[in-house]
Amino acid sequence: MLLHINDLHASINGKEILKGVNLEVNAGEVHAIMGPNGTGKSTLASVIAGREVFEVTQGDVVFKGKSLLDMPVEQRAREGIFLGFQYPVEIPGVSITNFMRTALNEIRKYRGLEPLSGAAFLARMEEKKKLVEIQSKLTNRSVNEGFSGGEKKKNEIFQMAMLEPTLSILDETDSGLDIDALRIVANGVNALRSTDNAIVVITHYQRLLDYIVPDIVHVLYEGRIVKTGGKELALELEEKGYEWIKKEMEGR
Amino acid sequence: MASEPNDILNEVTQSEYKYGFVTDIETELAPKGLTEETIRFISSKKEEPPFMLEFRLNAFRRWQSMKQPEWAHLNIPPIDFQDIHYYAAPKKRPELESLDQVDPELLKTFEKLGISLEEQKRLSGVAVDAVIDSVSVKTTFSDTLAKHGIIFCSFSDAVKNHPELVKQYMGTVVPAGDNYFAALNSAVFSDGSFAYIPKGVRCPIELSTYFRINAANTGQFERTLIVADEGAYVSYMEGCTAPQRDENQLHAAIVEIVALKDAEVKYSTVQNWYPGDKEGRGGIYNFVTKRGICKGNHSKISWTQVETGSAITWKYPSCILQGDNSVGEFYSVAVTNNYQQADTGSKMVHLGRNTRSTIISKGISAGRSNNSYRGLVKITKRAENARNFSQCDSLLLGDKCGAHTFPYIQTENRSSVVEHEATTSKISDDQLFYCQQRGIDTESAIGLIVNGYAREVLSKLPMEFAVEAQKLLSISLEGSVG
Amino acid sequence: MTATTLNHAETFDQLFKEKLPVISRNDLASLTRLRNEAIALFNQNGLPGSADEKWRNTDITRRLDLDYTMHHEDFQSNLDVEKIFACEVPDLDTFLITMVNGWYAYRNSALRILPSGTIIGSLGRALREAPELVEAHLGKVARMHNNPFVALNTAFASDGVFIYVPDNTVVTKPIQMVNVVDHHENLFMQTRNLVIVGKNSRLELVHCDDSHNHTAGFTNTVTEIVMGDNASVDYYKMQNINDQSTVLHSAWFHLGRDARLNSHAISLNGGLIRNESVVTLSQPGADANVYGLYLMDKKQQTDNLVFVDHAAPNCTSSELFKGILDDYARAVFNGHILVRPDAQQTAAYQSNRNILLTDKARVNTQPFLEIYADDVKCSHGATVGQLDAEAMFYLRSRGIGEENARMLLMYAFAAEVIGKIGIENLRDRIDDLVKKRLRGELSICDQCVLHCSKPDQPITFDIDMSKI
Repeated sequence: MLLHINDLHASINGKEILKGVNLEVNAGEVHAIMGPNGTGKSTLASVIAGREVFEVTQGDVVFKGKSLLDMPVEQRAREGIFLGFQYPVEIPGVSITNFMRTALNEIRKYRGLEPLSGAAFLARMEEKKKLVEIQSKLTNRSVNEGFSGGEKKKNEIFQMAMLEPTLSILDETDSGLDIDALRIVANGVNALRSTDNAIVVITHYQRLLDYIVPDIVHVLYEGRIVKTGGKELALELEEKGYEWIKKEMEGR
Repeated sequence: MASEPNDILNEVTQSEYKYGFVTDIETELAPKGLTEETIRFISSKKEEPPFMLEFRLNAFRRWQSMKQPEWAHLNIPPIDFQDIHYYAAPKKRPELESLDQVDPELLKTFEKLGISLEEQKRLSGVAVDAVIDSVSVKTTFSDTLAKHGIIFCSFSDAVKNHPELVKQYMGTVVPAGDNYFAALNSAVFSDGSFAYIPKGVRCPIELSTYFRINAANTGQFERTLIVADEGAYVSYMEGCTAPQRDENQLHAAIVEIVALKDAEVKYSTVQNWYPGDKEGRGGIYNFVTKRGICKGNHSKISWTQVETGSAITWKYPSCILQGDNSVGEFYSVAVTNNYQQADTGSKMVHLGRNTRSTIISKGISAGRSNNSYRGLVKITKRAENARNFSQCDSLLLGDKCGAHTFPYIQTENRSSVVEHEATTSKISDDQLFYCQQRGIDTESAIGLIVNGYAREVLSKLPMEFAVEAQKLLSISLEGSVG
Repeated sequence: MTATTLNHAETFDQLFKEKLPVISRNDLASLTRLRNEAIALFNQNGLPGSADEKWRNTDITRRLDLDYTMHHEDFQSNLDVEKIFACEVPDLDTFLITMVNGWYAYRNSALRILPSGTIIGSLGRALREAPELVEAHLGKVARMHNNPFVALNTAFASDGVFIYVPDNTVVTKPIQMVNVVDHHENLFMQTRNLVIVGKNSRLELVHCDDSHNHTAGFTNTVTEIVMGDNASVDYYKMQNINDQSTVLHSAWFHLGRDARLNSHAISLNGGLIRNESVVTLSQPGADANVYGLYLMDKKQQTDNLVFVDHAAPNCTSSELFKGILDDYARAVFNGHILVRPDAQQTAAYQSNRNILLTDKARVNTQPFLEIYADDVKCSHGATVGQLDAEAMFYLRSRGIGEENARMLLMYAFAAEVIGKIGIENLRDRIDDLVKKRLRGELSICDQCVLHCSKPDQPITFDIDMSKI
């Protein structure tokens, strides 16, 4: 098992957001986590990635047999966790090229690998850029600075391709994308699927799942996963809306 | 078309002060000049307790050793402090039960100002403590306020009836020797307003004072003290209008605000003292020290000012953010026209943790005036996670005026964030053309654009004031050049 | 020459009276008159104190408490100039002018005339050999009213660099002025430089201050740069001096019609560094960009004063000053844009951004605008803060360690200013130095900053930020 989340409780400023999440993800799987706004989807992604503003009050997150909770964010990344941000931050002055080279070599160093040579790195950049149809000149610009919504999301997937993570969590990657960009992003993600890695797609809408077809769909509601099913669950949600879940929960 | 705005500017430049009239009330004057005797005279006239005389004399001695500040971007003609009456009071202090008994002349004055007490009482539910030449003549709504335990009265009455509160807070925010003009005020202040909001009380109405300089050659030295006890809230409005006079008149006021734990004070000013004529003759020198202290945690002080009057303005409403998580705000629109000069802004001193401050300043210069923003943001070592945002914009109308920005930022704390932005612009021909194309004449278009420019600040004013402020903006620039 | 504390205005006056015959030995009559005027002005105002708005946050008098030695005539230093500058700056081909302890190293040689007609030499020499050029400009650009140190320099300085670029001349090689301070005493040095760039001419000038040992030097330099119509100057001021030293540098630029200036002040180390840049845009169409970068730690202090005077219509100016403060370091920024009446169509921009790394570091920034014309676009901004927490998280979430993430962000912050450097090899070198400085690896090397990175002593970084 790649990821095992057990009874995870997390809060911010004393307010509990996650109230006992359980989740298991195996290599080769694509999971979708859906749910209404404000139910903790992005919090879950942040807690797995290691954002310090959230306090884990109970439970554990185990990745490849190791607990992540005591690791700083960069160590989790080096272990193979990748977070595709909902709102990627702009970092003026840091070029994507420098950024990726630094990240890749630190990850390699952590894994006991030699740094990539300049030529090998460049070749890899070129290859991965094609995957998400990124213009060459984009990588000479500063990270996310002045990027359109679509460019930012493509850049996230490009980085995912560069770093080859074992577990990718894509937080609302579809938000703010037009249909062409969505297709490009989804194609990129699909190309990166393999039997060795896993992807968790967090989304509010079913639309993305037409392109990235999940094996398992979860519904997160009020800090808990309340329903799990196959890809047909997403369609059912699309049809009936989240009201259905809410009613069902209140009925309990 | 290009010349049209200029014509309007000229027209505006020639507009006369609308509030220029003199109320004929007999007044009692102290002899001109300033000595210890003058101070003793004022103190005894007002039947003050010994601690007040002590306070005044101490301030006077401090003042004597001080020099008039010269750092502001102002050209201040020499002031002869011995040629000023330091006390002027209506001779017969009216003791009235109803408005019918108020001197009809006085009522007329208020009507001209558009603040008839009747109107105010009946329609807007605003309690007015009207100050004419420094002595409070009429306080309304005291009954309503008394029910909540709120004290709202003239400063003199507070000295008589609540000496312990006055003693406890007076001079704690603006010390007697704080600056030249504050020391002068502390020595000779004649009257002013006092407000105390007890613990947990939300003042149900807007408190308001209209100040008015009337007698010729009298300095106006009023003093306001507002104390909001724990969890209290009050919104206080101050309006000023002075009749037309040829000689310059000195106005050196002090406002002190104390906000204890969880308290909030909102202080709004519409300042429309006589600005002098279009040649720059006459007008008020408005040298004011306004300062509030957020003493307790989670307290908040908010200053909003619309400054259209005075020949020279020197004032920096400030907040000392001592309590953790306390908030200071300053919103200002300052208009200068003809030969007016303004050097105004704010000081935000961050002492407590997680303190926040915001400064929004909109300067509008026209004619041959000079309009300066001057502001200090100071973040001390202890003020972890302090935040400040300042935005200071200037709008120039015409090519003979000046618009200046003098920010001072001092940071000693790495977890704080301070941001200052400023822009200078004029009304573009494109904007005017766009409005005109939609059928709006140039004059209205300028008014529209200027009001839009100031909207962010005007929206912070209490409703009763916002309307007046908008009118004033139009009047100061004759309904066109905001 | 005995060492003495200089923290008294009277001391200067006495010295002046005593030494005038020596100081003025090369003078034209007009210059001696100027000196007398200068000392009178200085005596009137004295040394600047905390009451002086432009000195409020920098206590210069404490720096004068030490015992200093002032040399008014040629004095031979034991420094072997030839030896120190034997190694060529790799990749950066410059015409090198050396100053040793504030004196022109080859001051006894005649003015040098390049094939282009450009004249380079010591100011003392120029006074004798090209008096009409010197007289026309010296003391005309730098104003000593309200500036006690310019007055002091005008009264005392008798040497410095003189550069004259005739009309329609492009000086192809950058000229590099290096002032090396190496003496067993604490020296008080006053140098005066005059640079004249003719119509349609172009000059790149690299100006370095360096100290070699750990004595407390005090440099009070004034540089006047006169730019004719359509002239273009790129000026680079580099400072890497020891923590005991004080450098006051006052650069005065006078721009003619359509003249273009790019000025850069890069301060990497120094006890107290004060850079004054006064730019007068005297004719329409002039354009000035004034940049600064300061990286200070320990108890170092920088003070940048920038005054841009828009005295004519249709001129543009832009200021960008950025700084990173560590430990107990302190930075002061005094910016002032003046737009005079009738300087319509002005576009002026001013920005000062600071990062504080500790709670002991301090920043005082005062970005002023003073505007008397309405058809102008002026804006300014100032920020003080720390590294962006969101950006830190983003970098770390990609596997970059905290220390390197900080380094990357600090470097990125500084890179905006470095990127403005127009000479490619110099830019790369400074880029290296900044990285080294940020990693705490840059010391006061025993050679000029531009010699730090010798081929046999490569600079290494954990982060490979080299351009790919």
